[in-house]
Amino acid sequence: MTKPLKQIHLAAHFPGVNNTTVWSDPEAGSHIEFSSFVKLAQTAERAKFDFFFLAEGLRLREQGGVIYDLDVVGRPDTFTVLAALAAVTSKLGLAGTINSTFNEPFEVARQFASLDHLSEGRAAWNVVTSWDAFTGENFRRGGFLPQDQRYSRAETFMRTAWELFDSWRADDVLADKASGQFIRDGAGRFEHHDSHFDISGQFPVPRSPQGRPVIIQAGDSEEGREFAAATADAIFTRHGTLEAGQAFYSDVKGRLAKYGRSGHQLIVLPAATFVLGDTDAEAHERADVVRRQQVSGATAIRSLEQLWNADLSGFDPDGPLPSFDPVIGENTISKGRASDRMYRDPLATARQWRELAEAKNLSIRDLVIEVTGRQNFIGSPATVAERINHLVQNDASDGFILVPHVTPGGLDEFADQVVPLLQERGVFRTDYTGPTLRHHLALDTP
Amino acid sequence: MTRGTGPRLAVALDGVGWHPAAWRAEETRPAEVFGAGYWLDLVREAEAATLDFVTFRDSLALPSDGVRGRLDAVLVAARVAPLTSGIGLVPEIVATHTEPFHLSKAIATLDYVSTGRGGVQVSVSSDALEYRNFGRRSVDEDTAGEAADYIEVLRRLWDSWEDDAEIRDVATGRFVDREKLHYIDFEGRFFSVRGPSITPRPPQGQPLVTALSGVADSSVDVVYVTPQSRDEIGPLVEAQHGRQVFADLVVFLDSTSRTAADRRARLDSLALLESDALVFAGTAEELAELLLAWHVAGLDGFRLRPASLPHDLHGITRGLVPELRSRGAFRTSYEASTLRGLLGLGRPANRYVV
Repeated sequence: MTKPLKQIHLAAHFPGVNNTTVWSDPEAGSHIEFSSFVKLAQTAERAKFDFFFLAEGLRLREQGGVIYDLDVVGRPDTFTVLAALAAVTSKLGLAGTINSTFNEPFEVARQFASLDHLSEGRAAWNVVTSWDAFTGENFRRGGFLPQDQRYSRAETFMRTAWELFDSWRADDVLADKASGQFIRDGAGRFEHHDSHFDISGQFPVPRSPQGRPVIIQAGDSEEGREFAAATADAIFTRHGTLEAGQAFYSDVKGRLAKYGRSGHQLIVLPAATFVLGDTDAEAHERADVVRRQQVSGATAIRSLEQLWNADLSGFDPDGPLPSFDPVIGENTISKGRASDRMYRDPLATARQWRELAEAKNLSIRDLVIEVTGRQNFIGSPATVAERINHLVQNDASDGFILVPHVTPGGLDEFADQVVPLLQERGVFRTDYTGPTLRHHLALDTP
Repeated sequence: MTRGTGPRLAVALDGVGWHPAAWRAEETRPAEVFGAGYWLDLVREAEAATLDFVTFRDSLALPSDGVRGRLDAVLVAARVAPLTSGIGLVPEIVATHTEPFHLSKAIATLDYVSTGRGGVQVSVSSDALEYRNFGRRSVDEDTAGEAADYIEVLRRLWDSWEDDAEIRDVATGRFVDREKLHYIDFEGRFFSVRGPSITPRPPQGQPLVTALSGVADSSVDVVYVTPQSRDEIGPLVEAQHGRQVFADLVVFLDSTSRTAADRRARLDSLALLESDALVFAGTAEELAELLLAWHVAGLDGFRLRPASLPHDLHGITRGLVPELRSRGAFRTSYEASTLRGLLGLGRPANRYVV
């Protein structure tokens, strides 16, 4: 007996402030105008994607003490864009990244519950934490949170938000004109007191269609994985290859049992970039062009600085790597970038890069192109569909969050050419079968 | 198309109207206020009558009477924005408990998704219930002073990107000219904000800032006042030199003044309407006369608070507006594409451009 085919989940990541976004492409549009968001979201909905995904950053990135100007800079407000997109889509899930450090549970819960009502059950919350004083300079509290408390505050924040979502039962709105009773007594009442939050009152938003928004997390550390296993509906990861994906997948799914959860309750979604072509060879040629657009000489130097933690502006991008080692310790060069913490062992990474550059005779720019952000899926539509399906059926993931490199048309080819092939194989929906994002993701309503 | 010679006209939306018993009237749809369709119907009705803008009431606590429950006003405004095209959208926000950095980008983004029709009503909170919902501070602070600082931060952040900061210079690989991005370096008694915004300067440059009189008068574009009689108007307007002054009025509108008065009495018997603004009950023609007389006395416009929705909104759009138009006192189509444009306000220069 063969195993039943898994259904693939797909999401569209708006390509904004991101080093894979090619803003110099003649086709590249605005990353701010609403029309770009409408175009990408409607393409994703036409292709029956599960959801649309917005990242967030609460301070413009800096490098070497000045605003980083080589990538896209600037983005609109997450909640506001998603609420507006609810007006021009009808089934597509709407996922927003919202920081738990520079917000309060009451306001975030109120915003997500409102978004869930206004979208008729399509809201999702990618919960992220940050603690840096750099971002804190834009907020009342400043950089108040010690790094070692960020997960504890994030988890408490989210559980507190859940208490607020759960403070209304589905039938608490009576609106009984005869008796004059609008809500059931006690509806919305909450009380939460701990070292992070000391709040009580009545939550003003009645229970929303999904009960709670879908919860997404992106943790990769031990703590982050545990947090996701305990609380998330979906986990966003970088592990998109077969081996790394399978290892991550079995690791996080294996953590669920101790929280009384089963495998289908945590959906594993790696981020994935892609380049298509009529043939595999053409796709590879296009992929090389895209990589050179993504990594200019100036970008290559700046990327290297993020690992080296030093000013390398005197280096020639077409020349060899620095002969000295990275500066160890707090990253003083690059600020406001999640990937600054990606290099756990900069000395070892630098050694590997030097060895690779020597072996293949690569310049700085060639090396950066080689070691950073190579597209996950390169090939003809048939090759890419096969690859995606292979990874999902072999439990390297449950689907992918696709990151196009051009705004807003970068998903068109995938929608028109790859999705139909997945549908033919019976591994991707040909139409939505229910109204809510929880339904698309086959998640229970809490 | 010209605007007409009369007053500007806005409508304040809240639940099923401003009377706490309005939800018990037969015609209201109180359970629908938690869905987008309800708000879209109201805003489209107001837009069909070419009103200047609608405001969306908000607070950070469960309303203690009337419709007990409320959605976030900025998100409601954003939800209707793509499906409307002419009317201004002005959600209320509470400065006391929120982050000016977040709200600045939210209102800027409302301006983007509405292509230049965004604004904000800034309010302050002294409600102990709201303080407990946040659990971060005590009540006895200078909320008006804080609101003034808050608006200063909103405005600086909106200007923190020059209009031509995005350059996409392929030759040098630079997406922005960072000389045209500005740290705002605001330091005040309540918060410090470094900037720049993460959101580029919105279409209107500065979205419309409004507030009830007494919140932060010197910082706003439009101030709402609550005169109880014509005699009060002169001094009220004089005190607000330079700003547009709108009078708030709660309105019951019916085909006869008797019907309107009866309807008011019926609702009053169910719950008490405590109103800072004058309550008008009468016909559209009577209201038109009053508004024109008060306009002559110095008011720039009116923000009408329908006592019951949609009944009294229809009284405005289908009764009052035709009355004003027949006197040449109100537009018949939108003469500008932005909210500032409708109010005769230009697109302001950026404070950081020297």
